[in-house]
Amino acid sequence: MHSVISISGLSKTYASGFNALKGVDLDIRQGEIFALLGPNGAGKTTLISIVCGLVNPSAGRVTVGGCDIVRDYRSARAMIGLVPQELTTDAFETVWNTVSFSRGLFGKPPNPAYLERLLQDLSLWNKKDNKLLTLSGGMKRRVLIAKALSHEPQILFLDEPTAGVDVELRRDMWQLVRRLRDKGVTVILTTHYIEEAEEMADRIGVITRGELILVEDKATLMRKLGGKQLTLQLAAPLAQIPPALSNYGLVLAKGGRELVYRYEAEGEDNALVDLLRELAAAGIAFADLHTTQRSLEDIFVSLVSEREPGGEGAR
Amino acid sequence: MNWHAVRAIYLFEMARTRRTLLQSVLAPVITTSLYFVVFGSAIGARIPEVGGVSYGAFLVPGLIMLNLLTQSVSNASFGIFFPKFSRTIYELLSAPVSHFEIVLSYVGAAATKSILLSVIILATATFFVPLRIEHPLWMIGFLLLTAVSFSLLGFILGIWADNFEKLQLVPLLIITPLTFLGGSFYSIDMLPPLWRTLTLFNPVVYLVSGFRWSFYGHADVAVGISLGMSMLFLAVFVAIATWMLRTGYRLKP
Repeated sequence: MHSVISISGLSKTYASGFNALKGVDLDIRQGEIFALLGPNGAGKTTLISIVCGLVNPSAGRVTVGGCDIVRDYRSARAMIGLVPQELTTDAFETVWNTVSFSRGLFGKPPNPAYLERLLQDLSLWNKKDNKLLTLSGGMKRRVLIAKALSHEPQILFLDEPTAGVDVELRRDMWQLVRRLRDKGVTVILTTHYIEEAEEMADRIGVITRGELILVEDKATLMRKLGGKQLTLQLAAPLAQIPPALSNYGLVLAKGGRELVYRYEAEGEDNALVDLLRELAAAGIAFADLHTTQRSLEDIFVSLVSEREPGGEGAR
Repeated sequence: MNWHAVRAIYLFEMARTRRTLLQSVLAPVITTSLYFVVFGSAIGARIPEVGGVSYGAFLVPGLIMLNLLTQSVSNASFGIFFPKFSRTIYELLSAPVSHFEIVLSYVGAAATKSILLSVIILATATFFVPLRIEHPLWMIGFLLLTAVSFSLLGFILGIWADNFEKLQLVPLLIITPLTFLGGSFYSIDMLPPLWRTLTLFNPVVYLVSGFRWSFYGHADVAVGISLGMSMLFLAVFVAIATWMLRTGYRLKP
């Protein structure tokens, strides 16, 4: 597929000596929603900041839409909108002025009709003449999104978009991101909320200690690493697992009142059907059953913790 | 050229000036009027003519220069320091704007403001003292050159300063003493020889002298030297600002 951002061998060592990125290679595809997942201090913001021009890279190369971010910064940056993590706004400006300012800054001629639609989409239209300092945190977040979208970028970076945001705004934001994707905008978001990546992303990259340890389609990732678990609530408690069922690796829980079976979600064989049939044959009745899927969170925690002990990242 | 960006930044900075109209325009005008009343009329009446003009009239170019220097530095330094302080500068850094465009818009806005102030002060002065301007084109030239150079110095200061204290300290400890000792209020001919020589190391002397020459045709140093020095300051400040933006000094980690 056509890649819109191409990062190769990107490294960053800050003046303090902190090695925030260690040779990251990454290709972002045109029109996808890419979630960059990682704990605090993993290098997510540094990565975004380099692509957007806020931080000088120590080594490596980045192109945006084929334009080098250093040599051809003008074309590269004109394609990008950035919503920063912090709520940084000019307190004394009005919503309308600050959004118009952003559009001009990115080299676009005024277009009041577009900005009106944008502010309406973000439920900001009735606040357009308010000074930013009078707005709530959630509203300021919307303003930052409006600023980032004011110049109709093809690529949108959302750095921790839903940190400290209420449920309603979070849902609005997700809707907005989907609408943007439908229009062909590529969205890259960083988050440490797995829920968000799971809900939104087409692809997921996991970054920790400055290294990109995994990039995968979300569906593939969930299938590959996300085992499933079947829990049966038994009608009568069992003292032990009948020998006939020994090859299923079943586990008894809650004092014999529950039977737990772990299996791979992508399993082709009909193990589940076989199990239920054999349970019936053995005369084990159950009152209820439910299955749970291993969440991205579990996957993430296991991936990151695998990396923790020793490793070159340990300092 | 990204003219939309230059326009956006310039208008943003000018809007900031309008918001603080009282503090940024009225205050310097009142202060300057007080100088005229105290030094020009009250004390000036007892001071003989300097270089062929009354002391009150002699003061005018010096006072305008004093204001031009301090206002250029403080406007421009605040203009770039504040976004850095409030972190809204992320937007400027991520925008498709060249270094030249950044300097042009910020320095242009700061210089515009300080030139407007100078014109207001000049107009105010006509109420207190009889004025004549012998070389109006030179006067405008020196005004523009100094406003741009010292707005650039302010821009440099604003990038360098990492707290409000530093931002205030440099104008207070360096710019103000240099302007007061740079012949704003006296001709350096009035000084003893040793001090006169020392004063020639003060860059402000050349600015004030050249500017005063454009009014009354009388200068402490040759006007060509004044012009040359003004150009030199501009070149030095352009070089420093270019280096800062190119390396991302205190802007980009």
